[in-house]
Amino acid sequence: MLKMEAAGKFYNHRQQIITALNDVTLDIPKGDFISIVGPSGSGKSTLLMTLGGMLSLSKGRVLLDGQSLYDLSPDKRARLRRKKIGFVFQTFNLVPYLTAAENVQIPLFLAGKDESAQKQRATDLLARVGLSDRLDHKPSELSVGQQQRVALARMLANNPPVVLADEPTGNLDPETSQQVIAFLDEINKEGRTVVMVTHDPQAALMAKRTLSLVDGRVFSDGHHHLATSDEAQTQKDWRQGLSG
Amino acid sequence: MRLRTLVWREIFERKNQLTTGFLAILLGITVIVSIKNITFYSEKAVMRELDALGANVLILPKSASVQDYYTADFNAEEIPEEYVMRLVMSDIQGLDNLSPKLSLPVKVRNQNVTLTGILPKDEFQAKAAWAGAGIFSRPQGCGVVVDIPGEAPPSPRETLVRNRVIETLASNEVLVGADAATSLGTKEGDKLNLLGEKFDVIAVLPQTGTVDDSRIFAHLHTVQELTGKGSVINAIEVVGCCSEISGGLVQKINRLLPDAKVVTITQIVNTQIRMNQMMSRLSLAFLLIIILVGGASIANYMYANVFERRREIGTLMALGAGSSLVLRIFMFKALLLGLAAGIGGYIVGTVLALTLGPRLAGVPVLPMPELVVWAIGISVALTLAASYLPARRAARLDPFTTLQEV
Repeated sequence: MLKMEAAGKFYNHRQQIITALNDVTLDIPKGDFISIVGPSGSGKSTLLMTLGGMLSLSKGRVLLDGQSLYDLSPDKRARLRRKKIGFVFQTFNLVPYLTAAENVQIPLFLAGKDESAQKQRATDLLARVGLSDRLDHKPSELSVGQQQRVALARMLANNPPVVLADEPTGNLDPETSQQVIAFLDEINKEGRTVVMVTHDPQAALMAKRTLSLVDGRVFSDGHHHLATSDEAQTQKDWRQGLSG
Repeated sequence: MRLRTLVWREIFERKNQLTTGFLAILLGITVIVSIKNITFYSEKAVMRELDALGANVLILPKSASVQDYYTADFNAEEIPEEYVMRLVMSDIQGLDNLSPKLSLPVKVRNQNVTLTGILPKDEFQAKAAWAGAGIFSRPQGCGVVVDIPGEAPPSPRETLVRNRVIETLASNEVLVGADAATSLGTKEGDKLNLLGEKFDVIAVLPQTGTVDDSRIFAHLHTVQELTGKGSVINAIEVVGCCSEISGGLVQKINRLLPDAKVVTITQIVNTQIRMNQMMSRLSLAFLLIIILVGGASIANYMYANVFERRREIGTLMALGAGSSLVLRIFMFKALLLGLAAGIGGYIVGTVLALTLGPRLAGVPVLPMPELVVWAIGISVALTLAASYLPARRAARLDPFTTLQEV
């Protein structure tokens, strides 16, 4: 589904070459759930943005359903993103002067859907994240957790097969974080591919596999091996809590 | 959600930041509309005054003296009446009314008066129709002022005084100047004996304060016949358009009639031209000010707006917005601003002109709907031009960078 081939990303900063990604090769099959962990500045967000067609590579390729993203023009890439990729951000990035419903409608507007279809879809999605009674609230009138739920609803607006989440629990309390992770797990079970950047080891454990990045290199790429019975229990509890 | 919703909501969310730029354009448009409106009616008033003074161009015999403009037609020299037809048939623009004259002193009831032969307008029309061309087939009205609000149109008998022509005049009819009527003790409906012929006094002209007050006007061809002079005249009075006079009307007539002398009331014409030029310069100065101040203000606001919204722009791009949509968001906002400032400026400017016009220029002013198109055109063009570079910058923002900023 999503592939990265010998990808490199270099910046020239004050006559010094900064390596953000160094010869990264990845194969993310359809329905996978990957967490990307690593220290600050290790290249996690760069990796996520290059996967989403938001940041061109210095070398290598990113393939989405066999299509090389950076061989497309920026506008064609934007169209592909609109259709196939949903983004969630740490700071939610809701448009402050629009209501919750209108924020969810943005991707639908970009996709050319008519207004009544936009409103219906936004209402359904906000109901799904438990915000039926907050349709006309602006972000400033919502709690932090509610704002992230609006962002999750917006992410699903065009029913994207791929979801890219950049530290989606970074600004949330533990309880709300669990709910968000549960939601990502839920949409993964629907068959969507989820790639999540996180600092939170517990959240990372919820993914099917974890990628560690250090200095732009993939440090590990493997299935989780839960070290202790406590960790296994924690994960089990989370899953139960989310599904409940 | 539509593009309009997205733009409209943003405008109202951050309306305070918008105020300065919007006011700069609004005020600029207001001032321009006011000046244009007052100038238009002021020019009309001046033209009406000029028109009331009578002819502003005289065509005389080459040797004629022009010491006194108003008596210049009263001399011994003559020019052929055929000159009138040459003018009628020419392609010279700006000749509003032609009045050929033949004047001579006569004694009536023991009083010395001046008998002046004039050609009524219906004869021109007959000649023009016969000739298939002429001044009456051209657009007219520059020297004959259109209606001024609050002033009644002139009565038919005043047209000779104002426009130097009358519509019809039979061979046995005369018009008598105000002073001549008093000294002769005659009034409308009386009969006058002139050079052995009886004439009906069809009107006594209103007081003008010029030599015309002591004249008697009869049909040109009747005067030519009675005096036995043939088809000659002393002068042709012309009501010429001021703009055409400044554009070389006198020189054109000179070229057409090389054996005649062409003079004009240059002082009055120059006053009018100077006033027009001053108003034009004033309008131009305000236009430049609005372009500089208003444009810079809008551009400054738009750059600040793009900077403030870069994260929002990055988010829209992440959600699939192309650069053209981002450009359209900002340009549509500029369009709305331009429309609002143009319409607002027109309304405020018109109210200002209606209020201040009578006080400052001493002329009544009416709204000019055509200025709304002009106001919106300038305003929209300005906001679009000033917003283009900031909008282009927004469309070229690097979404990754904007999303990485906190």
